Amino acid sequence: MNSTSSGVTTRQDEIETNMPLSETADPRADHTTLHDTRNLFKRVGRQALLLALVTPLAILFLMPWAWMLSTAGKTTDLIWKMPPVWFPPNYQWQNYPEAWLMGDFGRYYLNTLFICAVAIFATVMSSTLAAYAFARINFRGREVLFVIVLSTMMLPTQVTLIPLYMIFSKLAWVNTFRPLLVPLFFGDAFSIFLLRQFFMTVPKEYDDAALIDGCTRFGVLFRILMPMVRPALVVVAIFTFTWAWNDYMGPLIYLNSPKLFTVTLGLTRFMGRTSVEIQYLMAMTAVSTLLPITIFFLTQRFFIQGIVISGIKG
Amino acid sequence: MATTGSGGFLAQWRRPTQKRQDYLTAALCLAPWTIGFLGLTLGPMLYSFALSFFEADLLTQRQFLGFANYSNLFHDPLFLKSLKVTATYAFVSVPLGVVVALGVAMLLNQKTVGLSVWRTIYYMPSLISGVAVSVLWLQIFNPRMGLINGFLANFGIKGPAWIFDSDWALPSLIIMSIWAVGSTMLLYLAGLQGIPTELYEAAEIDGAGSIRRFVNITIPMLTPTIFFNSLIGLIAAFQLFTQAKIMTQGGPNNATLTMVLFLYRKAFEQTRFGYAAAVAWILFAIIVVFSVLYVRFSDRWVFYASQDAK
Repeated sequence: MNSTSSGVTTRQDEIETNMPLSETADPRADHTTLHDTRNLFKRVGRQALLLALVTPLAILFLMPWAWMLSTAGKTTDLIWKMPPVWFPPNYQWQNYPEAWLMGDFGRYYLNTLFICAVAIFATVMSSTLAAYAFARINFRGREVLFVIVLSTMMLPTQVTLIPLYMIFSKLAWVNTFRPLLVPLFFGDAFSIFLLRQFFMTVPKEYDDAALIDGCTRFGVLFRILMPMVRPALVVVAIFTFTWAWNDYMGPLIYLNSPKLFTVTLGLTRFMGRTSVEIQYLMAMTAVSTLLPITIFFLTQRFFIQGIVISGIKG
Repeated sequence: MATTGSGGFLAQWRRPTQKRQDYLTAALCLAPWTIGFLGLTLGPMLYSFALSFFEADLLTQRQFLGFANYSNLFHDPLFLKSLKVTATYAFVSVPLGVVVALGVAMLLNQKTVGLSVWRTIYYMPSLISGVAVSVLWLQIFNPRMGLINGFLANFGIKGPAWIFDSDWALPSLIIMSIWAVGSTMLLYLAGLQGIPTELYEAAEIDGAGSIRRFVNITIPMLTPTIFFNSLIGLIAAFQLFTQAKIMTQGGPNNATLTMVLFLYRKAFEQTRFGYAAAVAWILFAIIVVFSVLYVRFSDRWVFYASQDAK
């Protein structure tokens, strides 16, 4: 862990140069000499072989999705038909609104969206401040403190789970959103790390120029650095969103009354009701994945970059 | 304010006040994190360590037990079972995940047409919550109408009862974990793209075939990525909870009782906080000891090229 910072920057340079994992077609395929034609055949054959390997595996990976959507639109008797019918003749679109109303999902969605919004705001603000100090200000003990930040990422959450529960229940915060939200105002190690890495890529001359012109340190952060690392802020926001949207243990432990439930809790509650038919359950599972997937498609570039950088954090 | 000394005019002008202001700024910036670290991480950590030596619930008196919680745990057949379940899950699902993720990444790294489409397909399952995955796969594993047994029925095979069968329940969770290898796959893909092409060109000139190139270049150059991701994967696998809680409730016959599920039950269903805290610390100790050993022995197989390659 000691040589973290240097190791990370070099790897990150690599990512930035190699990162656009784009599928650029080979530009050499233009000339039409005999040799090149043979090469072209070789290349086409190679692609065909690759696709022959990639496609079946991709279909296998897509099958659970397809099955979920197919099941969500079935009638009860079609569900139990074996082997399964992949394309139900009359797709029961009304299963979606019916299930939605059966399970109070509107409330679960609003609750989750509220939690996500606060979580994003809290995490971005608190982590940016800490990341800025680590990236830009020289003070004694900075390296040690940063290693502590990194090492908290390795700590299993279970170790602090029980004392935190006891504290929050003493404060009468159980069965409110507070135990889920308040801790986020104190910074998140992974986001601090990620933002620090991005701040380091901005040349220090920008800070110096602004400081000489009479800007304060905070002015530098808010007016110069934050606009420059906007992609990183987006990455942190997306990660926080997905984390908060998908969180299960936190809501499970702290939220008791159904009117506070998040989507994940609502879905398990919906499943627990013995009368719920599988098509309704699948419909609501599909709906619960809709927002994370949409956000992924809208922000794919940032998202993948963030994942790659996060994987090289150690 | 400007004093005589080394450095240019600017440095002199800034030095006296700027330094003090910097310290103040750093203190302000780090205050939230520091308070959080002390109050939400370090404090609770120490508290939970202390708690593990007590008989404690939420309300009544505490009673000091010494190491009794720990010694009781190692005589608790359910806890021992959970150790075994957790270890089996971690040491099967993670290597399997590495192989699948690496295989897919290698395929996609071959200048495959439509890379972003494939990448998205493989990555999508990692996006959704453990809850949604669990609810979905619970139906996929359904012995009567599920996808898997439905598929087997095409060939006249009657599949097992999967998560309802104590022999198949843990393998079911492992199969399911493979569906979520997408994010690891992305990291391997990035790792593969980071390997300098000169290495391959040089090897090709020296007459190395594609297998030799894979064994002697790709794998060694990728070992840091494999090392780091398998460590992270193992730590996460030790903490498996959601799937076991939602799909099997630890059953059947405790075949999927993971350590964290055991901890959850002790703490939040039986309010035995002291006992549960001891479980948390054993889990923590296992993770720390394991990580240290893993890092310690990594120099036998992990190859770092960064020092001489750059």
